Amino acid sequence: MLRVCRKAAGGAAQSCLYGRGSLRPLQPCCYYSSTGSSGATAGKLVGAGLLFMGGGLGGTILYAKWDPKFRANVEKSVPYSEQLFQMTLGPPASPAPLPKKAVPPQPLHISSVAETSKESKQKKEKSAEQPAAEVLPPPGEHSLEEASTEAAHIISAMSEAVSVPAPGTHRDEAEPQAEAPAGAECVECKHEAPSAVKERPAEEVAVRLALQDQAEQDVLASLSTTLEEALGRTAKVTLQAVEAQDAAVQAICTHTQKLKEAMEDSEVSSDQKSTQWSALESALKERSKCVDNAADALQKARSELENLRGVIAAAKKSSVPGARAHILAAEENLHRMSVDLDNKVSKVQSAQTEAKIISQYSELVREAKTQFQKELNSITPDIQGGWKGLKMSDVGKLTADDLNSLIAHAHRRIDQLNRELAEQRVREQLRIETALEQQRLEDKKALDGAVAAALERRREEVRLEQERKVEEVREVMEAEMRTQLRRQAAAHTDHLRDVLKVQEQELRAEAQESLNRKLVEQETEFRRMNQQQINAFTQDVNTAFARLKGMEDAIDSHAVAEEEARRAHQLWLAVEALGYTLKTAAAEAPTEPLAGAVQAIRDSCGENEFAQALATALPEESLQRGVYSEASLRARFYSIRKLARRVAMIDETRNSLYQYFLSYLQSVLLFEPEQVAPPAKLSPDDMDTFKLLSYATYCIEHGDLELAAKFVNQLRGESRRVAQDWLKEARLTLETRQIVSLLSAYANAVGLGTTQAP
Amino acid sequence: MSEKELGRKWDRCLADTAVKLGAGLGLGIVFSVVFFKRRTWPISFGLGYGLGMAYSNCQHDFRSPYLLHGHVVKEQ
Repeated sequence: MLRVCRKAAGGAAQSCLYGRGSLRPLQPCCYYSSTGSSGATAGKLVGAGLLFMGGGLGGTILYAKWDPKFRANVEKSVPYSEQLFQMTLGPPASPAPLPKKAVPPQPLHISSVAETSKESKQKKEKSAEQPAAEVLPPPGEHSLEEASTEAAHIISAMSEAVSVPAPGTHRDEAEPQAEAPAGAECVECKHEAPSAVKERPAEEVAVRLALQDQAEQDVLASLSTTLEEALGRTAKVTLQAVEAQDAAVQAICTHTQKLKEAMEDSEVSSDQKSTQWSALESALKERSKCVDNAADALQKARSELENLRGVIAAAKKSSVPGARAHILAAEENLHRMSVDLDNKVSKVQSAQTEAKIISQYSELVREAKTQFQKELNSITPDIQGGWKGLKMSDVGKLTADDLNSLIAHAHRRIDQLNRELAEQRVREQLRIETALEQQRLEDKKALDGAVAAALERRREEVRLEQERKVEEVREVMEAEMRTQLRRQAAAHTDHLRDVLKVQEQELRAEAQESLNRKLVEQETEFRRMNQQQINAFTQDVNTAFARLKGMEDAIDSHAVAEEEARRAHQLWLAVEALGYTLKTAAAEAPTEPLAGAVQAIRDSCGENEFAQALATALPEESLQRGVYSEASLRARFYSIRKLARRVAMIDETRNSLYQYFLSYLQSVLLFEPEQVAPPAKLSPDDMDTFKLLSYATYCIEHGDLELAAKFVNQLRGESRRVAQDWLKEARLTLETRQIVSLLSAYANAVGLGTTQAP
Repeated sequence: MSEKELGRKWDRCLADTAVKLGAGLGLGIVFSVVFFKRRTWPISFGLGYGLGMAYSNCQHDFRSPYLLHGHVVKEQ
């Protein structure tokens, strides 16, 4: 459809060039065709689009419901998705779930591993300032464990992609627990790196980690304190019990010993015997006391053990793996203590049984002794008291009768005893058998009990062993996980480094580019401003310069004008001087040579061609010799006239002396008016010498030297020859005068031109 | 001065005449005395001769500006 429309548009555009007439039929048909087919496809398209969008939206919502991290991502990236999710799914679950956070706090072994961001480090330092005094290895282990577990929790909470094994409870003691959160941070960062590393989740996680740490540490602390307290108490009490048991055993032993001594040592004197017996009594008292003590202590110990067991059970119920070591140790202690206690108790019991036996034996012996005593007394009433007290030295005191009776008695007694002994032997056999039977039974019972106890103990040991092994395995796993995590962290850091490097480069490039751009902008701006300023300045300068130039020109023109004026003035002066020199003509003498003045003119006029030409046009004669004044010429003319009249007839043909005489005669006899005004036009018969001379005289008289000279020029023959010089002079004068007048006119004109009208 | 030329010419002419006359007279006298036994005709002849010469000179002097001097150009 789009293509069709495009074609239509293209066709329309083309047809526009060819005229609008063809456009109309083209457009509607295309539109018809497009609209015709679009009816069905548009609906389909719209439906498909709606379906797609609805499917996408529903899928997104469902997946967000299932995976809170995805939901968080979507909420971050899509602006109003938060409201949508809240509407459909409800408020989001806590972003970082903190299960099993009832762990005791962690007094930390901080090592100098600094692989990750400062936050984790700061966190570690923060948590390091916690009770670091309690650096008990088990709690330390607990802390590391717990940290690893929390790290594992964080990992499991934050990243779905990274599948971490069950939170390991085994870890290296040497490895600092900064590893695990660092690893967690790394992992989390790593996970977040693909999704555009952001600061906030790390901070959140850090905060959550801190909180978790805090909670765990609190719980751990409480737990450990309770355990320790319980342990301590139990230990104390057990020790007490043990001591008491020992004391009891000791007392029993001493008592027994004493009893034995008292019983068997019949050689001792009566005093000693009595002391012995008193000692025995005291020992018996002691023993009873001790036994009572032991019993009490045992009771207490047992109760304490029960307590401890209960606490351990509670701790176990709280089931924080981090406390396992505690628990294990406590259990072990408990076990040991109970074992010790049992041993001691058994010892006491055995001692007691021994004592009982001994006492029974002593009883029997005493009985026998008393009987014997009685018999002896009955037989020998003299001898008092203790036969036992009698020593060998005292035997002499006894009489022969006594002795005989005694011996007889003794023999009888011996026989009796033998018979009894035989009887006893037989009975003993039976009894032994029965006793053996009983004993066997009892033994069996005891064995059973012992076996059971041993079994129990063994089981307990095995369990402890197992737990220890489990702990070890956990540690190993933890260590391995730690190494893996470390590797991961290392890889992550490497990747981070690379990414950071790349980013740095990019950012640097970007920054450089932006800097360059800014610089370029600034530069261009600066240049523009500069240029502007320069332009303005140039403009100002130009205007100033133009003005200056104008002023200079004006001044120059002024100066030039002045110069011109001066020169003109000079020229005028020179011309005036020349004119004045013209006037210096004396009556008969010519003027001064005009050369100086002309030179002055030439100097003053300078490069003026006109003046130069004029100056050079002056005839040499005038320059060298000067010119005659008009007056002198006028004066001279009269003589010339006279002479010219006299030789008027003389020319080339007539030039003998006779002619001379005749012409003289003619001049005397011809009367012409001296001055005749010359006509405007000269006719040929005006070419007569006399007439010409009259005209010339008239002109001379009227100051018109030029016309006079013209008329004189018309003379022919000798008259002409006579007037030649005068003519030349007149010509010179006229020329000079003309030039001078020209010059003066020119100077005047120039001066007029240069002078500025006011 | 061209106007003085005539005067000069006339002066020269007169002077020359005077000289010629004198010289003629003198020569005439001399000749007449010497050769022609104090006849007057050599004196007048001499005077005439002198005057004629002077006249001719004078005339020549006055004509001199108008005299044309021709040159014979030999054809090669």
